[in-house]
Amino acid sequence: MNAYVGTPTSRVDGRAKVTGAAQYAGEFQAAGLLHGFVVTATIARGRIVRLDASEALRVKGVVDVLTHANRPPLADDDDAWKDEVAPEKGSPFRPLYDDVIRFNGQPVALVVAENWETAKFAATLVRIDYEQDGFATDLDAKRGHAIELDKPHKPRGDAETALNGAAVRHEADYVIPTEHHNPMELYATTTVWEGGNRLTVYDKTQGVQNVHKYLCSVFGKKPEDIRVVSPYVGGAFGSGLRPQHQVVLATLAALALERSVRVVLTRHQMYGLGYRPMTIEHVALGASADGKLDAVVHEAIAVTSRHEDFARNDTGWAEQLYRSPNSLLSHKLVHLDVSTPCDMRAPGAASGVCALECAMDELAVALKLDPIELRLKSYSERDQGEDLPYTSKQLRECYARGAESFGWNRRNPAPGSMRDGKELVGWGMATGVWEALQMPVAVRIVLTANGHAEVSCAASDIGTGTYTIVAQVAADALGLPIETIDVKLADSTFPQAPVEGGSWMAASSAHAVLAAAEDIRQELARLAKAMPGSPVGSVDIPDLVLVDGMIANGNDKSRAVSIADVMRHSRLERVEKQKLNQFAEDKSHARNTHSAVFAEVKIDEELGVIRVTRIVSAVAAGRILNTKTGRSQIMGGVVWGIGMALHEETVMDHRFGRIMNADIAEYHIPVNADVHDIEIIFVDEPDHRINRLGVKGLGEIGIVGVPAAIANAVYHATGKRIRRFPITVDKLLD
Amino acid sequence: MNNFQYSRASNVADAIQLLAADPDAKLIAGGTNLIDLMKENVERPSRLVDISRLPLRDIEQTADGGLRIGALVPNSDLAYHPQIEQRYPLLASAILAGASAQLRNMASVGGNLMQRTRCAYFYDTATPCNKRSPGTGCSAIDGLNRNHAILGTSSSCIATNPSDMSVALAALDARVHIASRSGERAVALIDFHRLPGDRPHIDTNLGSGEIITAIELPPRGFAQNYSYLKIRDRLSYAFALVAVAAALDLEGNVIGEARLTLGGVAHKPWRSLEAEAALRGQAATPDHFGRAADLLLQGAAARAHNGFKIELARRAVVRTLMQAARATPQSQAHKKIA
Repeated sequence: MNAYVGTPTSRVDGRAKVTGAAQYAGEFQAAGLLHGFVVTATIARGRIVRLDASEALRVKGVVDVLTHANRPPLADDDDAWKDEVAPEKGSPFRPLYDDVIRFNGQPVALVVAENWETAKFAATLVRIDYEQDGFATDLDAKRGHAIELDKPHKPRGDAETALNGAAVRHEADYVIPTEHHNPMELYATTTVWEGGNRLTVYDKTQGVQNVHKYLCSVFGKKPEDIRVVSPYVGGAFGSGLRPQHQVVLATLAALALERSVRVVLTRHQMYGLGYRPMTIEHVALGASADGKLDAVVHEAIAVTSRHEDFARNDTGWAEQLYRSPNSLLSHKLVHLDVSTPCDMRAPGAASGVCALECAMDELAVALKLDPIELRLKSYSERDQGEDLPYTSKQLRECYARGAESFGWNRRNPAPGSMRDGKELVGWGMATGVWEALQMPVAVRIVLTANGHAEVSCAASDIGTGTYTIVAQVAADALGLPIETIDVKLADSTFPQAPVEGGSWMAASSAHAVLAAAEDIRQELARLAKAMPGSPVGSVDIPDLVLVDGMIANGNDKSRAVSIADVMRHSRLERVEKQKLNQFAEDKSHARNTHSAVFAEVKIDEELGVIRVTRIVSAVAAGRILNTKTGRSQIMGGVVWGIGMALHEETVMDHRFGRIMNADIAEYHIPVNADVHDIEIIFVDEPDHRINRLGVKGLGEIGIVGVPAAIANAVYHATGKRIRRFPITVDKLLD
Repeated sequence: MNNFQYSRASNVADAIQLLAADPDAKLIAGGTNLIDLMKENVERPSRLVDISRLPLRDIEQTADGGLRIGALVPNSDLAYHPQIEQRYPLLASAILAGASAQLRNMASVGGNLMQRTRCAYFYDTATPCNKRSPGTGCSAIDGLNRNHAILGTSSSCIATNPSDMSVALAALDARVHIASRSGERAVALIDFHRLPGDRPHIDTNLGSGEIITAIELPPRGFAQNYSYLKIRDRLSYAFALVAVAAALDLEGNVIGEARLTLGGVAHKPWRSLEAEAALRGQAATPDHFGRAADLLLQGAAARAHNGFKIELARRAVVRTLMQAARATPQSQAHKKIA
């Protein structure tokens, strides 16, 4: 049955969220709950020589001040601290582990008090003396110290020679600043002391089982001692993939004090955790005189911490998008005295594709080619890195549909040639690309005789709509109305799921639901056939379908028996099936999502004020499970792309190694006034190979390409190439 | 945030009494800036004297035909007051260019005058700042100073005043009414805020034990030819890189009286009587406006990152004066620059 999949179904958790019924990690209550406030380091590198908490401890209501000196035991080997998403190489940061300061903003103490205000006040009374060491936080200054990672991409041909011999070449550095996720919900944990050394941890996370495993290994606990729950997440965007500091601190305090403890970080403190690393993206493109790419060189130089090698795929995307006989791709890291970066929406691609697509625009100008035409001349039907065909790739259609809707053919290519009164008008475009990943996920379905089904899975819904698509797929697969489906997510005791990230959860959870529902179908079919005088007694099990609360002959739906009757007759209150879905390994095809993004900017010629008046994003991402939540996903990505182009930048004073705009008053993201018309087109992309439903996932693709399309539009309007993001008034006036 | 005492003033005399009794006490009305600063541990008042219920919410006609605005009138109420919309639209426009609807609903007129700089170093207690901790040094002078002042700075401080409302009030020749134990006094708004000099921790000339009771607008409101233009890093809800309040009296295309004040460029609203005088009797042309801009920006000095503000301010002044001259004031609802 297909009543819900592919439709604009409203969020099943929408009512709970807008009425406040949905509880978030920092909202769970417990008897005698204590509140922790974090004290953070004010130097970038060195050692704590003295930490005096005596004054803080004298404040009425303060219960304890936990530090490296008085904390309960913590695991002392790196492996114990390596969560599911930790970089392979390095030594994960351990909160309150020792006296060493590794980055400014590092947690150094936790003040625990009877209420939050008291803890916050007492935290100002903790006196810390440091011994400061020399430090470095400036990527521009330390660029020469970059260390090359093992090449993730095999060089093809001889890019250097091809570049030197190219008829037309373009080469430039593009700089993406450090950016922070700034989810609306603050990072928060409520660790409930259940007695008998057992804990329930309500945590803001993208992966309850990742946090569960991490806490068990860090604190030396048995799996049954700790349960991690995260029913609702107010945005995370990658910041909740790895366990955040506060989950360690709240749990540490709960164990030390044998009380329930809540720790909520302030917005300011959240800047001491993960971020999109600043990167210097060097791109060199060579083409023949008729505009065919002959060489692609892309080198990324990225920030990481001294203690971990965080790196993502910034430079591999040209292999997906453009046919070129020669390519050389590399990724370098500069180790600085900062916290470890982490995944942030479309990690690697958001930055790398931005650089690549700006460079392609510059090459198109050099070749006097339309930017779409340049891209079509080197359109790649194969993933060149692996030399594989795609399961599906409707990028051509994205260009065509996007261009048509945008009115691209009315574009005068000369910079500064289009205007609207005092404003210069710029039209730019760019390509987006992301992976279509899928992971093993297990789901349990409990069907009860009253016609309700509970579907449970450890996966998180980070606001993306997982609750809703799981309900849609289950309703269709079980032949039940969506109102009868109760989805339970994000409890570490539920069937296995990886962290929610990488855009893999939609496809992965949907197929796990299908797999468990198939077991339910088979069980019900067997029972139905076994009923005396069964109307489906002679129908083969594979021919029986679940539809409208019935078990029916798929070829003749009039031959059917109700699920309720079958269960009653079988004396069953419930049918329960749990199934782990593993996708068959298929290395014969590459799997990607694509987009074509078109942007219109209007720029006041004298004053440099930019308005992004129109965005058209045409997306090919297989079958869209829910066109309503899917559209919201892409729109969120587009808005974020506007921010990446024009606003977002974490600013650090390198004399202090300290972030100086650690709040959302000064760290700018777009406000409503910055967002105008956004049109989203889902291009038909049937994909019978990737998975049964033909689903690819939408979490990341929405942002990729947007900043480049806007930057290219700014060039088209003004003739100015701003290669250091964000594009601000001062850079345009320069 | 520190622990503090809380008192609710029952009348103005009571507020003055409470304030005078405790040198570390602070008045609180809307609290939109003070509470933020307390959360960041920048302000650590021993006592908050809540004046939000005092009867200072009237907007009334003065004997000379101007308006007297109670210090506790919310910014929103002021911006949408019919007398302000009709007679002093420059003030309404400036208020609506600032903050968000929610903040404007909370913020009082007196509190708006008292808001403190948004310098990042002032806000971060881990860094030196002469304004926050006198004598520790200015981190901005050789640090991140893209948002900082280009006019009237000192070697101690290059912070800017963040208010939009004050810029329009300065241009309109508003006066601030102040009460204390020793009676009442009034001071021109342009003299209310100070330049940093060697005492940047003092923002205004409001003495200890003094309370703002009202702001008075003179009769002339420049309702025909005015504009408030604010340039910022996003199209709303950001502090000014440069803001301009401009008002003209025109006879045909000839300027009678002119008012011109900059925001976002100094420790106080920046107004030059010389620049205004240069406009009097001149035709309303871009050339004359450019000359006025040059006079207004005389002495502007750039640091490492804020040099763009000088040229931006010059262009913004010319544009704002053109908007005023053409009676096409900048809309604060529609972000396209007129």
